[in-house]
Amino acid sequence: MNLRRDVFQAIADPTRRSILLLVASQSMTAGAIASNFNTARPTVSKHLQILTACSLLEHKQNGREIHYHINAKKMKEIADFIEPFRKMWDDRFNKLENIMEKYKTKK
Amino acid sequence: MEQKTKIRADDGKQELTITREFDLPLELLFKAHVVPDIVEQWMGTKVLKLENKNHGSYQFETSDAQGKVVFRANGVIHELRPNQKIIRTFEMEHTPFGVQLEILEFEELTADASKLKIHTIYESVAQRDQVLQLPFTYGINMAHNRLQDVVSKLK
Repeated sequence: MNLRRDVFQAIADPTRRSILLLVASQSMTAGAIASNFNTARPTVSKHLQILTACSLLEHKQNGREIHYHINAKKMKEIADFIEPFRKMWDDRFNKLENIMEKYKTKK
Repeated sequence: MEQKTKIRADDGKQELTITREFDLPLELLFKAHVVPDIVEQWMGTKVLKLENKNHGSYQFETSDAQGKVVFRANGVIHELRPNQKIIRTFEMEHTPFGVQLEILEFEELTADASKLKIHTIYESVAQRDQVLQLPFTYGINMAHNRLQDVVSKLK
């Protein structure tokens, strides 16, 4: 339902962003991707699953191997989108609210 | 959960609006925009100058841990009406993003709640879209740097 938000939750995770950067240059198998991280293989699989579920990654069967590659169209879509900008302002304003709480009680 | 900060940026327009409701009295919300050391805290930048008056000007600067200046911005305050409105320009120095016009409107909702609306107008649609994408690009670069760190440790 809220697909766009799911996409941003997907890229909010640093490991998942790193995975996207890895496969951006060439398609890779899950094993090759996992070998770039210190995390356990099942954890990487889970990340791949999430990225695939929200269409940021696609996979293709190559004989016995499955290669993952980036869905450039979807990446473009989120690159155009404004959520990180909104998040930046939201963080700033949350901070503002917290800081001004102090002045409230002083009054 | 409802999002507290809302952005409206229609396709093909050179403007956007940011709106946010605060659990703060109007006076405190306004104060957070005019007292330099408070601005520094929530904007995360040093305030070199902030003249809160019509035709005043302001200047922000951010340095990294090594003291190198990584961000500098300035602008002129066209009009300032306490607890109501600030009209100002904003420009990030040494960037291709141009000058933007910002109209900040402060509104009292209740004795303990207030609302801020920032209407920002850019020089062009392209410039607005570039500024909108900055935090996204930054996020990807951070991830990239971390990735390079990890990879270089493996070597």
